[in-house]
Amino acid sequence: MEKENSRQIIITVGREHGSGGHFIAQEIANNLGIKLYDKDIVEGTVELSGYSREFIEKMDEKPVNVLFSRRIGEFSNSLEENVAHKVFEYIHTIAEKGESFVIVGRCAESVLRHYPHVISVFISGDKEDKIDRIKRLYELDTQKAADRIKKVDFKRKHYHNYYSDFKWGDSRGYDILINSSRIGIENTAKCLTSYIHSYMEVKGIHLNGEA
Amino acid sequence: MVAQTIAILIFVGMFLLIILDKFERHYVTLASGALMLLLVFGLCMRSAGMIVDTLNFQSIISPDFWVSESESTASGINWPTIAFIAGMMIMVEGMGQAGFFRWICLSLAKLVHYRVVPLLLCFMFISAFLSMFIGSITVVLFLATVTIELARLLKFNPVPMIIAEIFCSNLGGAATMSGDPPNIIIGTSLGFGFVDFIANSGLIVLLCFIAAMVFFWLCFRKELKASEAARPADVVCPEPASAITNKAAFASATLVFVLTVVLLITHAQTHLTVACIGVISAALTIVLMAAIYGGSMVSRIFKGVDYKTLLFFIGLFVSVAGLEQTGVLTVIANFIRRISGGDAHVIVAIILILSAVASGLIDNIPFAATMIPVIQSLAASTGVDLSVMAWSLSLGTDMGGNATPIGASANVVGTSISAKNGHPIGWGYFCKYCIPGTAMVIIVSLICLFVRYF
Repeated sequence: MEKENSRQIIITVGREHGSGGHFIAQEIANNLGIKLYDKDIVEGTVELSGYSREFIEKMDEKPVNVLFSRRIGEFSNSLEENVAHKVFEYIHTIAEKGESFVIVGRCAESVLRHYPHVISVFISGDKEDKIDRIKRLYELDTQKAADRIKKVDFKRKHYHNYYSDFKWGDSRGYDILINSSRIGIENTAKCLTSYIHSYMEVKGIHLNGEA
Repeated sequence: MVAQTIAILIFVGMFLLIILDKFERHYVTLASGALMLLLVFGLCMRSAGMIVDTLNFQSIISPDFWVSESESTASGINWPTIAFIAGMMIMVEGMGQAGFFRWICLSLAKLVHYRVVPLLLCFMFISAFLSMFIGSITVVLFLATVTIELARLLKFNPVPMIIAEIFCSNLGGAATMSGDPPNIIIGTSLGFGFVDFIANSGLIVLLCFIAAMVFFWLCFRKELKASEAARPADVVCPEPASAITNKAAFASATLVFVLTVVLLITHAQTHLTVACIGVISAALTIVLMAAIYGGSMVSRIFKGVDYKTLLFFIGLFVSVAGLEQTGVLTVIANFIRRISGGDAHVIVAIILILSAVASGLIDNIPFAATMIPVIQSLAASTGVDLSVMAWSLSLGTDMGGNATPIGASANVVGTSISAKNGHPIGWGYFCKYCIPGTAMVIIVSLICLFVRYF
């Protein structure tokens, strides 16, 4: 267990593709006045690891190909795994600074589980709503949007399950699982923000700069 | 038939689980071994004798385990292999703690005045030489780490050098009985000693090593020379002496290493088995390190021992015994005999190439352990000299592992260290150099085997 810090809260957001997870995470960060880490993680990992940005972008949240990988103790030839560990290392360095933040994906709920005030959220959505959203965002037809969701979720699931003790989207691994289709993406963000405020009140957490 | 089917299912399941890497591999082989004992020997064959033979505890209390004119031809759990590898792990841990490996790398770098191309050749040589006596994982672990450190200071790309070191480490391991684990298993299972390996595999490996030096020099010299030309003039490199953590410990570790090499080379005269040599090295290391550092160092050394690998071997030997005792491996041997028409040239070529290809894709240790009873069976049914098949198997499994990043443990460790330090090595880059290199050494080996033994 990391040292108790009554000024730090960390929100981890796992998400299905098309469920609005990134948008919800951004809204929560805006509402709380704290930073959101998603693509910034790539930048930070470039600095930490010495890898090129293109290489990390290619390997980010990519599952290990078990047929082309082998592990000997702490050593693995898998480039995906080596990048994942650098990403986890970077996530640790952010958390160690003591700042509060929202982070999307990258097994953050497992990587940061030893920090005292981590709220882990998983956002799902109805298939039709997810397809509609992906169609709009990426200008795809229905079939291509459905294929994209399937492919991205497959990658996220296998990436998560390789490094975590529990399955991707399994209720036992998260504090809150929520379907963003029920009350809409904006209201889901509000609902989650409200929960986080309640949590902070109960635990006596005051974010940096607050009285 | 039922016993054979169950044995095959257990063994294939074990292999798949090792490849899938869902569970640590020692759990997989131990579970597979336990299933073999219970289901195959216990339920199907109802043979307590086979279980006792497979566990092979009686071999440890036999005087032949320690002193014998030839290595015992063990079946079931190969305890001499376990004892030797455990002993080497303890010795190597002591050498590492004393700074031996870092010292030797820095000394070589200083010797060539930190010029990168000669350094490449030197590190290839030392990688091969040390791997003749020490596990290639340890050799690559230290060499790759120092290479990256020097690359940072001397501003060169460490990846070509690490690839060449990995390649030569696997080559060096093929030269002796104490090198790669498949050789230890082959030697202790078939009764060959250190000198047998040096006189047969060793000479072939020497030619392969010369070819590999030329190959990698041709591949990488331009890139490395260019980086040397662009190097700043005011580079300060660490002194070799800075690697030595304790002079007495360094001297002791070096002494134990030299003594071990001497005992291995002279074991035909002393009749000490490799198991005995492993135990002597371990005992000396522990006593000397305890005298120098105190008891805390002994516990540090024991913590450094990779007991998981030892358990992996134990489970593996039981699993292979299941296939052997049920006659599955005889079926494979008969298949090879049929397709080769009993021709010794074809059999040797099949064993060499099959071992090389299989070892490039899967762990070479289970493969070698599985193939030993196959070549024994082939020798009995075709009359082809067992020793020639043993050298083919040894060369194929040890060198074939060079082809891909997952072919041998040293490859995984070397590429992983490189990646952890900001120099990822993908399959494409590794195979671009190592598949042609492996094909070259396999062809050289095949020609040597044909010229020398037929």
